Amino acid sequence: MKELKVLAVVVALTLITYWGVEPFAHSQMHPHVDAADFKFKDLKEDVADVTSLKGNATAGEALVTANCTACHSIKTKGYPEIMDHASSAAAYGVTPPDLGSAGKLYDASYLAAFIKNPAKASQVEHKFVDGRTHPMPGYDWMQPQEIADMVAYLQSIAPEEMSNKEVFTDACQRCHSIKYADMQKGTMAAFTPDDNIKAYMGKLPPDLSQHIKSRGHEYLETFINKPQKHLEGTAMPRVGLNEESQAQVITYLEEVGDSSKKQREELGPKFLIYLVIFAIFAILWKKSKWRDVH
Amino acid sequence: MAKFEKANSTAEWLDQRLNTTGLQKVLMTEYWVPKDINFLWAMGVLLATTFTILIVSGIFLMMYYKPDINLAFDSVNYTIMQEVAFGWLFRHMHGVAASVVFLIIYIHMFTGIYYGSYKQGREMIWISGMLLFVTFSAAGFSGYMLPWGQMSYWAAMVITNLFSGVPIIGPELVVWIRGDFNVADATLTRFFMLHVFLLPVAIMGIIGLHFYTLRIPHVNNLTSEELDFDEEAEKYLSGNKKESKVIPFWPVFISKDFAVLGIFLIFYFYLVFFHYNFAMDPVNFDPADNMVTPAHIYPEWYFLWSYEVLRGFFFDIAGFKAFDIGLIAFAFANGIFLVLPWLDRDPAILPAHKRPLFFIWFWVLMADLIVLTVYGKLPPTGVNAWVGFFSATLFILLFLVLPILTKIDAKKRGSL
Repeated sequence: MKELKVLAVVVALTLITYWGVEPFAHSQMHPHVDAADFKFKDLKEDVADVTSLKGNATAGEALVTANCTACHSIKTKGYPEIMDHASSAAAYGVTPPDLGSAGKLYDASYLAAFIKNPAKASQVEHKFVDGRTHPMPGYDWMQPQEIADMVAYLQSIAPEEMSNKEVFTDACQRCHSIKYADMQKGTMAAFTPDDNIKAYMGKLPPDLSQHIKSRGHEYLETFINKPQKHLEGTAMPRVGLNEESQAQVITYLEEVGDSSKKQREELGPKFLIYLVIFAIFAILWKKSKWRDVH
Repeated sequence: MAKFEKANSTAEWLDQRLNTTGLQKVLMTEYWVPKDINFLWAMGVLLATTFTILIVSGIFLMMYYKPDINLAFDSVNYTIMQEVAFGWLFRHMHGVAASVVFLIIYIHMFTGIYYGSYKQGREMIWISGMLLFVTFSAAGFSGYMLPWGQMSYWAAMVITNLFSGVPIIGPELVVWIRGDFNVADATLTRFFMLHVFLLPVAIMGIIGLHFYTLRIPHVNNLTSEELDFDEEAEKYLSGNKKESKVIPFWPVFISKDFAVLGIFLIFYFYLVFFHYNFAMDPVNFDPADNMVTPAHIYPEWYFLWSYEVLRGFFFDIAGFKAFDIGLIAFAFANGIFLVLPWLDRDPAILPAHKRPLFFIWFWVLMADLIVLTVYGKLPPTGVNAWVGFFSATLFILLFLVLPILTKIDAKKRGSL
């Protein structure tokens, strides 16, 4: 009994220390932020005129073809990339995205807000001052119906299903590498060459191979949804992923960065069961040995 | 040469040549340990086991690790963690054991302090133990650098920079330790050497010494009763096991150790599989970048208390620079436990609850160390800085008043 009391003291002191250096310290160093907002409420007013309308995909096709394909590819619809990544990065600062999957990846009202005013929707207006402008011009001069039509078109051409990797490639890889996904061939390097992206973003965006470990789920969920929430003034745009696409990106980061997770979670209980058996035998052996001496 | 008879078994053959029966008696079956002990007396075997886990997992890690600033990070986080079969398991075992070993060291150490197991003949046990603490700390610090993550790099930067405070030779000393003007490739390769060769060899040697120091003064017991080990051993050997106050190391003492070890290993492997972040800081999964300082730089939890003693003195006092005062306090914190046997002026060996003032001293020290540990991690701003200052000051005062308190205890009891 006395021994259990001593154990209780040791456990209590250990737990207090643990609580202090882990949950408590981390709560002090990384203040809590609100949950991710997949409705993009801050943009609601800006796009109220668009979201109240029903878009017409057929009309949207003509508008997208006329206004977007000069810079953007839509490979699935026969609009290939006009230049290679290096040239387009040199021309625009960053390689423009293919629009084939935009309708699936991004929230519809976010897309509308982005088309109207890219810098504002992606919360990077602080980067485009003193005469610098966002590489994509705003289309807020268009009629709300036209914007609604373009969004409807983008949604109509988007694939139903995309793999986690495809989502990552379309949503993140223009700026971010994730080299652990392909160490041998290096195919998962950022599309935009380092020098261009450095000039465009101010610094080289990090390789995301280990971000699932260094940042963790909770941080990634709130950060990708709204980078400014964690890093005020960061050059990383809010890309406007909808909930499903963002979850796919995070799952992809986990598949690449923590590929042993499944094996770890399967093996763990087996180890523990084995050790419980070991402990039972050890305690029985102890009892048998101490019976004679007490 | 002695005459050798033909042996009837391998055991006999070995016995003829190595006296294994005699050795077994000396080291195991007739190595006497007091009977009046609790689970805290099993920490030695827990430490030996954890150290073995560190060595074995470390050997596997070393087969794939590359000590080069351009390769180290990926060799750990890609090759070992994702490509090598069960590499992640060895890394988790190594990382978690490196952290847990300090928890057990602290329990072991404060058990020793509580029961007065460091004085009146047991000084060498204490000193060799503190040398192990120092060498384990060095191993922990050098090992933490190897993955070459952000915290590896910046902790190395901050800690090696502390040596610049050494009078006269400071700046040169820092360059000598780093092998470069900055923390760089030369720093990584030399800390690799220290971590995988010099320190483990030193630790193994000191563990041998630590075991040997127990031989003559023997292990202490719960009531600190002075035992005549020869007499008690005779009782035991003559079959009077219940009355004897000692037990043999093998199998009686070790059976209890194994029972404690069984429970400890459940705890340890639970951490390895399901709760390892505390030992493998997320920040260190960002590759080292000398252009980006992490928002918060902190050492591993087991260094936090002494780190906070260093940081606690954050303002200049009477013309002395804050950095210098902190450094002196830091040196004091790291050295003072070594001389504990001489700060305790009470000639009697007694558990703390039999020494009124020492008992208070002990628990104040424990509380202070926990406060220092927690605040050592928090950003040192505002109130935190002052908590740091007062708890660091208290830490130093505790050791300054210890000789007086222990003397008063002894006087009241009539031992002086």
